[in-house]
Amino acid sequence: MEFPDDLKYTKEHEWVRVKGDTATMGVSDYAQEQLGDIVYLELPEEGEEIEKGEPFGVVESVKAVSDIYGALTGKVVEINDPLTDNPETINEDCYEEGWLIRVKIANPKEMEDLMDAAQYQAYIKEETA
Amino acid sequence: MSTPGATGLILEEGLLFEQSVPGRIGFSLPAPDVPETDPKTKLSKNILRQKEAALPEISEVDSVRHFVRLSQQNYCKDAGLFPLGSCTMKYNPKTTEAAARISGFANSHPLASPEAMQGNLKLIYELQNYLAEISGMDFVTPWPAAGSHGELTGMLMIRAYHTAKGNPRKKVIIPDSAHGTNPASAAICQYDVVTLPSNKDGILTADAVKAVMDDNVAALMVTNPNTLGIFEENIQEICEIVHKKGGLVYCDGANLNALLGIVKLGEAGIDVLHFNLHKTFSTPHGGGGPGAGPVGVKKKLEPFLPTPLIIKENGTFKVERERPQSIGRVKAYFGNFGMLVRAYAYIREFGPQGLRHISEMAVLNSNYIRKGLEGAYHLPYSKPSLHECVFSDKFQKEKEIKTLDISKRLMDYGFHPFTIYFPLIVHGAMMIEPTESEPKASLDQFIEAMQKIAKECEENPELVKKAPHNTFRSRLDEVKAARELKLRWTV
Repeated sequence: MEFPDDLKYTKEHEWVRVKGDTATMGVSDYAQEQLGDIVYLELPEEGEEIEKGEPFGVVESVKAVSDIYGALTGKVVEINDPLTDNPETINEDCYEEGWLIRVKIANPKEMEDLMDAAQYQAYIKEETA
Repeated sequence: MSTPGATGLILEEGLLFEQSVPGRIGFSLPAPDVPETDPKTKLSKNILRQKEAALPEISEVDSVRHFVRLSQQNYCKDAGLFPLGSCTMKYNPKTTEAAARISGFANSHPLASPEAMQGNLKLIYELQNYLAEISGMDFVTPWPAAGSHGELTGMLMIRAYHTAKGNPRKKVIIPDSAHGTNPASAAICQYDVVTLPSNKDGILTADAVKAVMDDNVAALMVTNPNTLGIFEENIQEICEIVHKKGGLVYCDGANLNALLGIVKLGEAGIDVLHFNLHKTFSTPHGGGGPGAGPVGVKKKLEPFLPTPLIIKENGTFKVERERPQSIGRVKAYFGNFGMLVRAYAYIREFGPQGLRHISEMAVLNSNYIRKGLEGAYHLPYSKPSLHECVFSDKFQKEKEIKTLDISKRLMDYGFHPFTIYFPLIVHGAMMIEPTESEPKASLDQFIEAMQKIAKECEENPELVKKAPHNTFRSRLDEVKAARELKLRWTV
């Protein structure tokens, strides 16, 4: 499993890539691995407000249906629209082609709560122990 | 000893439409004794078909073979062990089937007058009382048609109760070890769901409940025993905490199979409890029903019970259809009445001692399997469990073998797989519930099969990864099945 160093991670297994005041979010390699083959994806509309720790989307795999949680609070400025027709992209490339939404960050202070790659890997280890 | 898996003479079978031959007819009717009439001359155009219905044209023997062949491709409880955890697939005794087919029950009309269905009403009334006695609840409504329907009915009553007090409240607390339908039922009743994590022993603590309990919590929904098969031993203290803030406690009684004659959940402080007659009381289920999910309540919720109510007055039974504070009807007529007959017969057949013995055997069988597989498979929670046990694929993961592979391989040994990937709090969960129906010999065979698979995972992992090998079909493309649903036949 891969966990790029330039990303931040949440306990709900989402990743965040921050560039200026926008944050790109997706699900981590660990999450897609745990979910198994993804068959359906539901994303918010552009312009919707999402909240840190609150569900903003739904991902369904052959195993289960799961909520996707906001890593940061903010307004959705872009969604990865083609992904809903090809949700398997999340399994194939969760960090690049499989990104989910871009958000205009409302509260930069929230970034302090995110984990870096090393902390996230330690967290997974603890969770699966 | 050997396990029962073998390849048999299972036959391919196409769709009836594919077997259709124009003009082939499977029946003969006597000549009509009234003149034939063309529907076009009698019926208005808007209700006539534009085209002939494309029904398959086949002979009688073809249609009989079609359904017999399909049934032979199926697996059922009457054929062998069906250890789906959380689903309680127990054997349905044939005496209860016979009871449901007694003409007076089977042929009674739902619109008959109460005078003409005294027997039916008496049976329902007595079943309500039996369920109340078994669970320690005050009243029982028998109408909901499924466990989830029971949850909805229960939550509607809870909402009506709070509304009558002036404030329906906003939140429902649900632990992460509860049944998956619980949050959906709460959300449909317009409540926000607060998820509460269970502790490292897999149960809910009083402190965790205390930390989230406030005046805006309408209810706590708990499954007991929970989805790990573990008894929520702090339930009494938890009920007190919830009650202190004016909240109610809903218990998902789907796992009641572990508690019959041993624990009365009502006495622990539960306010609303649903029963799955199609699990604990052995009425048939699978394939979507019909089920029955009666709901028991404490006295303070009695005004809100769904209509109709069956009242006993001077030895006769009356149907009360109107009640000012009732949540109203939840099901047409008298619920899935045939299921109520089966559950009634089951309870009467076993009696108090027998019911207790059922739970004791269910717990014993589950623990026999747990002990038999300990060491071969990872047990994520070491706390004693009741009627079901949950393992994970942690040991097998080192060989890159997953729960899915193990469950597929189990079919080669002649068993229906257990529940997989549930509960969600266990990664790669294997949830096993043998029920009390199984004789020791079949448990031993199951353990032997699982032990052999554990060994195969070590010695020949590819064999497991590519399983099943002996079944009618090998591994199906579940992804394609989910993404490209084909719901109707087309030429």
